[in-house]
Amino acid sequence: MIKIALCIKQVPDTTDIKWTEHNTIQREGVESVINPYDVYATEFALKIKSQAPDTYITVFTMGPEQAKDMLRKVLALGCDDAVLISDKKFAGSDTWATGLTISKSIEKIMPDFDLVVCGQFATDGDTAQTGVIIANFLNIPHVTFVKELTEFSEKALIVTRQMEDGIEKVRVNLPALVCIMKSDFEPKRALINGIIEADRKEIKTLTINDIGLKPEQTGIKGSPTFVKRAFRNLPSHNAQKYFLDPTESAKLLEEKLTSLGVIKNA
Amino acid sequence: MPNQEYSGILIYAQLTREHYIHTVFYELLDKAKELSKKLGGVDVSAVVMLKKGLIEKYKESFQNMGVNKVFYFEDDVLDEYSAEYYSKLLTQLAQKITPEILLIGATNQGRDLAPKVAAKLHTGLTADCTELDINDDGQLAATSPTFGGQLMATILCKNYPQMATVRPNVFKVRTTDSYTDTEFICCPTDLAGIEKNTQLIEFTKTIENTINDLDTAEIIVAGGKGLKNEKGFELLNEFAKSIGATTAASRSAVEMGLAPQSIQIGQTGKTVRPKVYIACAISGAVQHTVGMSGSEYIIAINTDKDAPIFDIADTGIVGDFFEIIPEFLKNRH
Repeated sequence: MIKIALCIKQVPDTTDIKWTEHNTIQREGVESVINPYDVYATEFALKIKSQAPDTYITVFTMGPEQAKDMLRKVLALGCDDAVLISDKKFAGSDTWATGLTISKSIEKIMPDFDLVVCGQFATDGDTAQTGVIIANFLNIPHVTFVKELTEFSEKALIVTRQMEDGIEKVRVNLPALVCIMKSDFEPKRALINGIIEADRKEIKTLTINDIGLKPEQTGIKGSPTFVKRAFRNLPSHNAQKYFLDPTESAKLLEEKLTSLGVIKNA
Repeated sequence: MPNQEYSGILIYAQLTREHYIHTVFYELLDKAKELSKKLGGVDVSAVVMLKKGLIEKYKESFQNMGVNKVFYFEDDVLDEYSAEYYSKLLTQLAQKITPEILLIGATNQGRDLAPKVAAKLHTGLTADCTELDINDDGQLAATSPTFGGQLMATILCKNYPQMATVRPNVFKVRTTDSYTDTEFICCPTDLAGIEKNTQLIEFTKTIENTINDLDTAEIIVAGGKGLKNEKGFELLNEFAKSIGATTAASRSAVEMGLAPQSIQIGQTGKTVRPKVYIACAISGAVQHTVGMSGSEYIIAINTDKDAPIFDIADTGIVGDFFEIIPEFLKNRH
């Protein structure tokens, strides 16, 4: 039996960001979604479960009470258990503090885990570092940029990694942590039975006291980094737009490329 | 406030699979020299891990680049990258020489290594910085994009060393010649108690050069979702060929299976800064534009006059790629 800790995160829908007049992000009324890479991570965990049905998947997320909705959706897909790591004292955690807090939560709930599965990136912070930090605090090896699951047993996984110059095939001994870049299979849809079951399941909540951390080890206080200033990234260029027919457009393109020295006049 | 016990800038020099010093190292070095000046001329050092007997091969390069000190670990077990081994050694070194800043290239290897080192050193790491500066208090001010590049955050670090990663092609190399009498320091490869639990079984090369053509391309023609199918990409390739450009793609085009991931531009792909970037049927979502907005001149072709790509372009052609490009090619023949 393989025990999987699946770590997911709720993120604001970054395709729909609204700005206040002071160029800060308007947080009210912004839709929260499951981080897209965590969907791949979920699929990865469920793929193992579909091949080894006695696999047990516990989903972990750190966030406010509302994140329970996301946990229920993931439970409905076939995960077994869900844990919400939530405490005001966790607020403002950077990747270091988040990594420590999640690792302590996994140790508390699932001390005999075999595998931790995370998404490679989160679309809000996009630091791609929390997974590796969790692995470090759990004192287990990690494999990042995982593309596909090739083989698995209770002792090891064989996965492929997407690198800049090609594909690596890597074997990692369990227990281990993997960060999923993208999987090639279709997202699962929740079955009605799954949804009903998920609604009945109790979601555990872990607070700072439950995982034995001190206030200075997590949240803003426990974070080595802090944001000094945040500002809107405004577009720097501003195109002159041309509305021409295809022949004229092609001519314009030719003129521009000639004046830029890309091509010589035909 | 800066901690007096920590001084100097250390840069991780990644070697590519073909044993070249990764280009991102040169970019980081150039920036580090600028930061060093602001810090009153502190040492700029490099750390490199390699197979036994290989350091000689690199000595001249490091001297010509003007690196003050090179710390090297030489051991056959280091020939292949291992997060477990490399993070252990880099952590040991940082604890010993106590640099105030530690910079790592945000390559896949750097992204695999840096967080583990930061966790071990109990320090902060700012990922994918687009700007590094020294503030009035002498601290590293690292600016990085968040929320898909729509919001920039300048981040400070309370602990030392202050760590940051920067993607390849984000910084330009400006200084060239600066020979220094580099000091080379051999460090003991002490891996006691470290088990290697990951093993590379095989590697399949999918692109010809580790230095992707896109890294050095002066002219890039990129295609997006609007190219619809393989025919669209064939036309894009033909267009690129006719003007001597290199082809690239947006994330949507890659996800539709029209182009390989290795030529994807943007937040989850590559960062490029060519002289001319021609965006064809790319709407210009921020996750794409963060990877190309540093281009010197941007031409956008899109049927949607309100496409965000026009906000960052220099010339916007509102029209259909499938109609304009065949016309263009006809004139060239």
